[in-house]
Amino acid sequence: MTRIPLRPLARILSARARGENPDTIERENIRLRQKQTHDRARARAQGRLLLLGVAFTMAFTSIGARMGMMAATMPTEPRNASSGAQIEAQRADLTDRNGRILATNILTHSLYAQPKDMVDPARVAHELVGIFPDLDEKQLLARFTDGRSFLWIKKKLSPEQMQQVHDIGDPGLLFGPREMRLYPNGRLAAHVLGGTSFGAEGVNSAEVIGTAGIEKALDARLRDPANAGKPVALSLDLTVQATVQEVLEGGMKMMQAKGAAAVLLDIRTGEVLSLVSLPDFDPNDRPQPMVKGDPADSPLFNRAVQGVYELGSTFKIFAAAQALDLGLVNPETMIDADAPMIWGKFKIKEFENHNYGPLLSVRNMIVKSSNVGAARLALMIGGVRQQAFLKSLGFFDPTPVELIEAPYAKPLVPSRWPDITTITTAYGHGISASPMHLAAAYATIANGGTLVRPTLLKSDVVENGPRIISPKTSQEAVAMLRGVVTEGTASLGDVPGYSVAGKTGTADKPKKGGGYYHDKVVNTFACTFPSTNPKYVLILTLDEPMEIVGSQVRRTAGWTAVPVAAEVIRRVAPLLGLRPEVETASATEVTLASN
Amino acid sequence: MRSVLYAVSFLAVMGLAFWAYRENYATQDALRNVDRLQNEIADLRDELAMQKAEWAYLNRPDRIRELAAISFDKLGLLPMEPSQFGDAKDIPYPPPPAASLPSDLSLSAPISVQGQLDIVPTNEVQIP
Repeated sequence: MTRIPLRPLARILSARARGENPDTIERENIRLRQKQTHDRARARAQGRLLLLGVAFTMAFTSIGARMGMMAATMPTEPRNASSGAQIEAQRADLTDRNGRILATNILTHSLYAQPKDMVDPARVAHELVGIFPDLDEKQLLARFTDGRSFLWIKKKLSPEQMQQVHDIGDPGLLFGPREMRLYPNGRLAAHVLGGTSFGAEGVNSAEVIGTAGIEKALDARLRDPANAGKPVALSLDLTVQATVQEVLEGGMKMMQAKGAAAVLLDIRTGEVLSLVSLPDFDPNDRPQPMVKGDPADSPLFNRAVQGVYELGSTFKIFAAAQALDLGLVNPETMIDADAPMIWGKFKIKEFENHNYGPLLSVRNMIVKSSNVGAARLALMIGGVRQQAFLKSLGFFDPTPVELIEAPYAKPLVPSRWPDITTITTAYGHGISASPMHLAAAYATIANGGTLVRPTLLKSDVVENGPRIISPKTSQEAVAMLRGVVTEGTASLGDVPGYSVAGKTGTADKPKKGGGYYHDKVVNTFACTFPSTNPKYVLILTLDEPMEIVGSQVRRTAGWTAVPVAAEVIRRVAPLLGLRPEVETASATEVTLASN
Repeated sequence: MRSVLYAVSFLAVMGLAFWAYRENYATQDALRNVDRLQNEIADLRDELAMQKAEWAYLNRPDRIRELAAISFDKLGLLPMEPSQFGDAKDIPYPPPPAASLPSDLSLSAPISVQGQLDIVPTNEVQIP
């Protein structure tokens, strides 16, 4: 670069010669020099700004692109995670109290079609009907050819069916994996388990949701991925359940009943060891609910929990226990039992117009099942206290068992409580409750007087509920119930070795329009065993039974429900590990003698 | 001196590059292995669930009951009954050992058996 001098001599001299001021030349040159410097600095700064701009643009573009990529890609699991952390997207199993499986999942496949890819829809439809006879060929072909791009054909396939469909070899037929709920024991405990169905369905998976019973009641717990792989243990005992079901089914047929229910309860913990309702169904293939007629006739109806019946004379023990607990009477107090009893315009009669009066001890009132005696006892107690007592036993609220049906099975209790209600309630009429309610109440009476909350979940912790009656009253009540079996209406219920104590109940079925049928009854036997140290409560209900072996048709619980219950206890008690209480035969005793 | 330093650092870069290259492939290999193992575990889990279901299905009480009935002549299985509970004191003691035998065991006369011993095992507890 050539440096121009500020005062070039040639120009100065010529300027002087012209008489001009040579300083202007110098100032002009200084100005030009400054402008040059300025331009250079500006160019450099611009270059730097550009560079910085490019750098920032690149940085932000790359960050933006990375963010976009992360947002757009499918999430993947970290591949180097340990296998224990793998998510099992399975519904938890249900097991019985000993860990035997009641419900589990197996992998199957569903079949769907994409008709656009189908080579020969007519042949496919024909061959599919060969594999699945329940499909309609014409309808199937119509659906293949009406222009839709997707349709479900079958929700569950067996491996054999899948192979057969595979052999058709059409690219338009596709399989999606499906998790299927399996109840390996079939109809056993069907009413407890309920059933499942598919919820939201996709090609690759489908949601399994509970539709009834404990599957629906515990749906959130069973589906929670945090609990996957951890089975839920129910309180049921599979062996006991199977035995009760077998015996009850036989008894129901023998007594020509249209339905039956049984509840076996551990009175210490409130665990339901067995819950059977007949007729039953297969939860693997749950039938559709009935659209017309009485839903109580459907096999889906759980008689033990949903069925609220007037439970008849089984209620008498509550009046007796309360009167004992209040100190109004003792078991040997004589009460007025002169039948028939007139109360206003009502006439209280005994079974077959007997008269157990004029005076009857409280114990014999239970043993002979005297309506009038129970009524007198209830009047001594009074309606307010009677209501409060039944309420504390749980007869005014739904049972707390973990079934979705339970909260809807509210007992039917009278809205007003005049004296006549007090009287009829004493012998179990005018108030309706489910066998489960009765089981809980009997357990409360028999276990020493603390409230029992029935549960279907296995619980090892014994939590004593609030005290309802004193231990002494509890003992006296059980002794009275034992009297019913040894000398009263339930003599067929005596099982050698297990000292059964219980109360029969026979209630006429109410007609739809009002009044009662005379030839339709609900028979109940509520019992606890062994009476020397009560451990279990069994409630057995038969719907419209009749015993026709004898010369006349018998419809009382003593002839129908009681023998069935006795057989249940005889079969079940050994399975529960209860030793029969007997003096062991000392036949082998050796007498030492010498001669 | 300077050139030696250059050469050494160049070789170090080459060495590190080679090491990184190998580590990269070893990692990918290990990840593939983990993937494979996890798939295998998942398959085995599915299989296990299937086997458990199969076991539960084959052991369902209905089937066991039928099998017991079919093979009654071989097994003689009956439902459990209260009478099957026994007591230790019902089991007869073993006979006392012959305490002191005479040293001379020669028989003075031939043994004659009169009648027949009728021993019936009492393995059932009678319940009144």
